[in-house]
Parts: sequence; structure tokens; C-alpha cells
Amino acid sequence: MTATTANLRYSKEHEWVLQLEGNRVRIGITDYAQKSLGDIVFVENPEVGDEVTANESMGTIESVKAVSELFSPVSGAVISINEELEDAPETINEQPYDKGWLVEVELSNPEELEGLLNEEEYEAFINEGEE
Amino acid sequence: MSIKTTLQRTPLFATYEKYGAKVIDFGGWELPVQFSSILEEHEAVRKEAGLFDVSHMGEVLVEGKDAERYLNYLLTNDVTKLKVNQAQYTVMCYPDGGTVDDLIVYKLENEKFLLVINASNIVKDYDWMTQHVRGEVKLQNISKDVAQIAIQGPKAEAILQKVADTDLEDIGFFHFAPNVNVDGITEILVSRTGYTGEDGFELYLAADKGEALWNKLLDAGKVDGLRPCGLGARDTLRFEARLALYGQELTSNISPLEAGIGFVVKTNKERDFIGKEALTKQKEEGLKRKLVGIEVTGRGIPRHGYKVLSPSGEEVGYITSGTQSPSLKKSLGLALLSVEYAEVGTELKVEVRKKKVDAVVIKTPFYKRG
Repeated sequence: MTATTANLRYSKEHEWVLQLEGNRVRIGITDYAQKSLGDIVFVENPEVGDEVTANESMGTIESVKAVSELFSPVSGAVISINEELEDAPETINEQPYDKGWLVEVELSNPEELEGLLNEEEYEAFINEGEE
Repeated sequence: MSIKTTLQRTPLFATYEKYGAKVIDFGGWELPVQFSSILEEHEAVRKEAGLFDVSHMGEVLVEGKDAERYLNYLLTNDVTKLKVNQAQYTVMCYPDGGTVDDLIVYKLENEKFLLVINASNIVKDYDWMTQHVRGEVKLQNISKDVAQIAIQGPKAEAILQKVADTDLEDIGFFHFAPNVNVDGITEILVSRTGYTGEDGFELYLAADKGEALWNKLLDAGKVDGLRPCGLGARDTLRFEARLALYGQELTSNISPLEAGIGFVVKTNKERDFIGKEALTKQKEEGLKRKLVGIEVTGRGIPRHGYKVLSPSGEEVGYITSGTQSPSLKKSLGLALLSVEYAEVGTELKVEVRKKKVDAVVIKTPFYKRG
């Protein structure tokens, strides 16, 4: 893991949330998630302006083998999407915490961040699932 | 209380971990979906070579004075065309023309045949075979006693030749050598067959020797780029080559004619065989459905079960298999469609979740080796 992952918040659906300025956050999937999915070949993000809701589907991510739903870890309006993923979805496998981010959202309920896991809790959560 | 089903394992299970396999439940079997990455493994097979543990496949021995006659009644292809040491792709059908399974028949001796069937169908097939025995025939399900390893790719022959005592050049496509020695491992049946669209071999041997052979081949092929491959790559490889997967392109509801493998249906065989009447009728009256290749030109990947629509929105069929093709870098699918929509160039829509995405019928196989 890179040094920057310590200030991320995590969902149990294996997304990370990075707080940017104000109520803006960036969302991606974790290293664990990209490894479980395998080679990612397609991403269907929401569109700029779409409203997303915490714990509800905001898009899909497909590996060679399978289709998985993307669950938004927070609620708010999509203000930016990572357009590079359209032509290079494998970026998520290569750099899940950096260039492989998915969307940026303007939070409508910033308190939701408190309900997410910190890095330590997330790692414990993954290890639990592995047993 | 939780109910745990015990997953079956192949004789090579213990080696998976050593090579970093990701293991999944595959129809009741605990099998490696990938060792490193499906895309990397896929490419290795197209450019160099890959090694697959396919020991989950079933094997049934058919012996006896009436073995050939029985098989010609059970199977749609013509077993009498086979010479000893020759193999044949074939199917067994229900009386209505639906498919029980697709399989390979190996003629070991004049009165002895080996049938290689799909893992998920072993019980069903063996029951079906037993129920339809005719004459003096002995059946034996030896699935658990046999390991099967496939080595596939343009370098497969060169790699295997380094350690095999038999001249592999002498083994033609769909032929085999029954008793090959691979660096001290004896009694291996080596056939030039496969499920990837590449040249290659499938090796059958006693289950307890499987692990030794696997390790030997990987060692021998290391310098040539031979990689252990999982079922993920096996599926994308067979898909691009348009090789049918039972449960998707072939089912009890899909005849081999509809699936586009009419070459295994010999309705001109003199004697009766199961499904003959229905399949002959399908041939005479023309098919209502046909399996075709489609390319999704819009954004989306077709997957098993997705609906296919006409431009006006009428449902005209469904996707049997689909993926982002690793070799062609295109979003491709096989689809079972009403014949009116099956012609190459026909424009269609695929329902990808809530969206209707543009697609067009294209030629298959998607990939043909150069």
C-alpha cells in the first residue's frame, strides 16, 4: 500500500473515499477489490450530475469473467468522472488508489464519512472475510 | 446450522497453491480460475504455450463385442469412421434433438473406446449411457482414476517433445498415441486435441501420476514461456475459437444443429441413433434458431443470458457466452437467434442491464490461428 492510503475511508463493499477540498470526495475501489476482480475490462460509471446514494448501485465494473456492481459509499452529486477508464479500465488494476479512481462526488451528507472504516478497521474486515 | 457441500478436487489440487492459483467453486469443483491473470494466461497460449489441469473432466470406458454398434446408436457422429488411435468430436442427444453432452470418443482398440465427457455431466451422462446399453457392452466410469493435463499453444509440441519418447509429429489432429513415456512417467495417452483454438495436446494418465507430469512439463517449458493457466483463460480461448461450452451453447434445449456443429450429426448413418428422427426433421424443415457471433459496437459487454433484440425492440434471442475478447480487443458474444436475424451484417441490440446497446452479427470463429 502506498503511504497515502492511511487517510482514506473504506466501505465494506471495498471502495475507498478520499476527502478533497470542502465536501468533495474522490471514490475508487481498493487493492483487495481489484485483485479479487482480476483483469478489469469495462467500467460503467455514473454521469456527471447524477445523484448517487450511499450503499446503492452507482455503476458496474466488469472483469474478463464477471460483472460486479459498484456501490456508492456516500451520497451526493457526481461532479467528475475518470474518463480515462473508458479506454484504459486496466488502470484500476495497475493503480487502484491513484490513476484508477472512479468518480468525484459533492457530498450531500458529509456525516456519512464517519460511518466508513479507517484503514486499520478495513484491513481487519478483509482478514475476517479471508478466514 | 450451516450446510456445507464438499467440493470435489482434482489430483493436482495440492499444486495449485504453489503456483499462486485463485481457486473457485466451478460447478461443484474446486478449480483454479487463474494463476496470475486471465489476460496474461490467454496471451501465453496464443503466443507461446499454456498448461491446464483439466482432470475434472469425466472418462468412461466402453468395451465389448457390441461397443461400436452401441456407440453409433448413442452418439450422433459416425463412430465406424474411426480407426484405432483416432479420436472424434461428437454429441449424445435426447430423442427430441436436445443435447445430453458433447464429448470426444477415443478408439483404443476395435472393441474398446474411451469417452471424455464434461465434469458437470458425469452422473447424468453415465446414467443415460447405462440406460441405453444395447448388446454386449461393458461400461466403466473411470473419471476419478484419470488425470488430464492439456498443453496448448504454438510452442506446445516443441515443449512436449523435449520430454516425450514418441515422435509427436506423427500424431495428427484428432489422433493419439496410446502409451507415451514422458521422462520416466509411463502409460500416458497423448492426443492432438484441445479447447483453445491453438495447436496442442491433451494428456491422459493415472491420477496419481498427474502431479509429477504437471511439474515436469512446467519445468521443461519454462524457458519457452509455458505458464500454468486456469479455467478463466480456457473459457476466453475456447470462446474466441467458437468451441461450444455445455450449459451455454449446448443444452438439453439446444440441438447440435442449432449450435452450428452439424458436422457431428450424421443423419445418413444407416442404423437408428438417439435423436435421429428429430435431427433429420430439423435438417429437412430448416432451423428456427441459429448460433451466431455478434460484436457489440456500443458500450457494453454481452454476457450469458442477456437478451438480444431486433432494431425495433422485439426479442429475437439471447447471448450464450460473451466477453471482452482478449485477442481481438472487442466486445464479442455468441448468440442463439431466430434465423431471420442470423445473417452476417444484421444489426441488433443487446440488452445490457437497462440499456439497449448496438450490436452486429459477425463471422465466426472470432479467432483463427495463423
